[in-house]
Amino acid sequence: MTADSTSSSPALPSKALPAKAQRTLFQRIFEPKDIKSLSPARLVLTYTILIFWSFVVLFPLYWLLVTSFKLPIHVSGGPVYLPFIDFEPSSHAWSYIFFDLGNDTFRPYLNSLIIAFASTVLAVLFGSMAAYALTRITYRPKIMSIAAFILILAAVVISTIAAGIPWQIGLAVGAALFVLFLLTLAKRFKRSLGNNDILFWIISQRILPPVVAVLPIYVMFQQVGLLDTHLALIIVYMAVNLPIVVWLMRDFFATIPIDLEESAELDGASRLRIFLTIVMPLAKPGLAATFLLVLILSWNEYLLALFLSTADAQTMPLLVAAQNATRGPQWWYMSVLIVIMILPVIAMTALLQRFITRGLLIGAVKG
Amino acid sequence: MFSISAKVSEWSDRQAPTLLILPTVLIILALSIYPLLLSLYLALSRFKLVRGGYELKFVGLRNFEKLLFGSQQYHFLGTFGRITILEWCFLALIAAGFGLWLWRYLRSGKAGVFGFIGRVITATVLTGLVLLCMAVLNGKGFPGSLVVTLFYVFAGVSIQLAIGLGLALLCAQRIQGRNFFRLIFFIPLMVTPVGIAYAFRMLADVSKGPFAPLWQWLGYGDFAWAADAWSARWVVLIGDSWQWIPFMFIVLLAALENQPGEQVEAAKMDGADGWQIFRDISWPAIAPVVATVVLIRLIEAFKIVDLPNILTNGGPGIATESMTLHAFIAWRTQDLGGSSAVGYMLLFVTVVTCVSFFNFIAQKTREAGK
Repeated sequence: MTADSTSSSPALPSKALPAKAQRTLFQRIFEPKDIKSLSPARLVLTYTILIFWSFVVLFPLYWLLVTSFKLPIHVSGGPVYLPFIDFEPSSHAWSYIFFDLGNDTFRPYLNSLIIAFASTVLAVLFGSMAAYALTRITYRPKIMSIAAFILILAAVVISTIAAGIPWQIGLAVGAALFVLFLLTLAKRFKRSLGNNDILFWIISQRILPPVVAVLPIYVMFQQVGLLDTHLALIIVYMAVNLPIVVWLMRDFFATIPIDLEESAELDGASRLRIFLTIVMPLAKPGLAATFLLVLILSWNEYLLALFLSTADAQTMPLLVAAQNATRGPQWWYMSVLIVIMILPVIAMTALLQRFITRGLLIGAVKG
Repeated sequence: MFSISAKVSEWSDRQAPTLLILPTVLIILALSIYPLLLSLYLALSRFKLVRGGYELKFVGLRNFEKLLFGSQQYHFLGTFGRITILEWCFLALIAAGFGLWLWRYLRSGKAGVFGFIGRVITATVLTGLVLLCMAVLNGKGFPGSLVVTLFYVFAGVSIQLAIGLGLALLCAQRIQGRNFFRLIFFIPLMVTPVGIAYAFRMLADVSKGPFAPLWQWLGYGDFAWAADAWSARWVVLIGDSWQWIPFMFIVLLAALENQPGEQVEAAKMDGADGWQIFRDISWPAIAPVVATVVLIRLIEAFKIVDLPNILTNGGPGIATESMTLHAFIAWRTQDLGGSSAVGYMLLFVTVVTCVSFFNFIAQKTREAGK
């Protein structure tokens, strides 16, 4: 897997290069000693660039952290860099956020936790069910049934909005018509789609820009009185992350040997039982990777929360964004909020980086 | 009692194929497909608040007309400058290139009706977008949210791919501490975009930010980047790239680690230099992965909204407004029809770009890799 493993292979003779004793200073700096190592000049250049990029990555985070310990005077008076040397750190912003604001900080934090965890659990559960089904069961949905469904749905939408028919009646009539079609006419048509078409359809939902879907969702939730509730955001986050879960988990399930399931099936275990007791435990690494990835996506989400929540279900990204107050941005408070928002994520990343990376890699490297 | 539960479990076992996939299908139908249709209806109507509720009036394509030709043209497409002869020549060259492409497709013997229509759509839309970019980016022209979004997408994805690939190539060499760098470089991907936006607002402050002494030394001590259209766009782009370079880096590094090491070593023995090895061994091996990560990034990049909204609030004027932000601002002013219309235009551009990229570039590299 990694390049380090090549050290176990037999050493290659370095015949292409001159013997060590004859190397000039120039060669010693710019040409590698043997085929497996890098020349000193190249090594220095590589490390310089990599360390520079580490600085690029870490400095904004460092700046957030030190700003959270600054007094307003330290921010408005020009830049100071090092606590205890440049300036005396103060915890005023931290105590303001944690004690003075108190509940106004904890409530969005709790909201974010509840919404991110609940939506991730549901997305991973439903998504892996679908992904498993798509790797193990052959589906053949008929093209005409799908066309009929879309037509009926469009008719329902138009009749409820334009003709003013209550949506409950429209939906019931539409569902009845569709079932009628399935039981009667559908048998006459033969052309059908396969599993890959379903998979593509599910994954392609990710292309849909959230701003296209969020307006009708806003109207829908408004009508059923779900605006600004946890449930609304949980449902929507689950929906937007489902395609990712299906995509990643399908590849995990595809790698699990089918023999175990077949023998369990011979023993009389049902599909759902096989899925819950045999397949899910085997897919644990994949589940962990997908879970973490989706959790972080939900934790950081901003646009949908902006549309669908105002006060009660306000999440952390909204609270942070709202700090741009009328008195101008309060950088020190803002920094505290951002730090407490990203600290758990960074800690998780550091601990579980292998899992998360694996989640990212599966889809992309396998394509 | 026993027989009922046995019947239930028997029924559920028979229905298992449906039960497993049904939740996902229903969720997507309810929260993607249904909203998509409803949104189309909103895009074709005018929303008005009336006493005790609201009223939707069907207005046909009026909302799109307003965006493309009417009062919102400046906001969506931009203000047009005059296109010079040279630029017309450039456009003619591009059109001719697409013509040649279509001609070769027709002559290839594999041409089908759908393939031809798809290629015509791709060629027309891309030529149109190039014309639009030229019209709004010269002289007196001023780009609207469509061109700004395209800038974020294409400049952003190119920069992220270039730097991500460069870092991955550096890290894939035989060096100590690769895992350390991998961990460090990975972090920005996990940071909330809202936080990144504020952090970069602090960093980009030329008078009180950490780089203030540097700016003063360079003579830019009182340069207001937020008041200049292009510098504001670049700051947004830098923030976005800071977050997304790690994604390119991590995936490409894994792809490079997966390439066969013996080939590289054998090439080195034969005296191939670094560029030759990259061109003839590494690049063909990772090209399908590159195509996939670029596709993923294209899909996500079109949705950009957090950074412009918080870093610059879309300003100065509308200079940094992405299409999603444009739709959000229209929604905030109760213009639901206009907002949906912008959303639909975004969907159209995203789908044409991503599908074209997938069919005409990603598939080819994947077939070549096999």
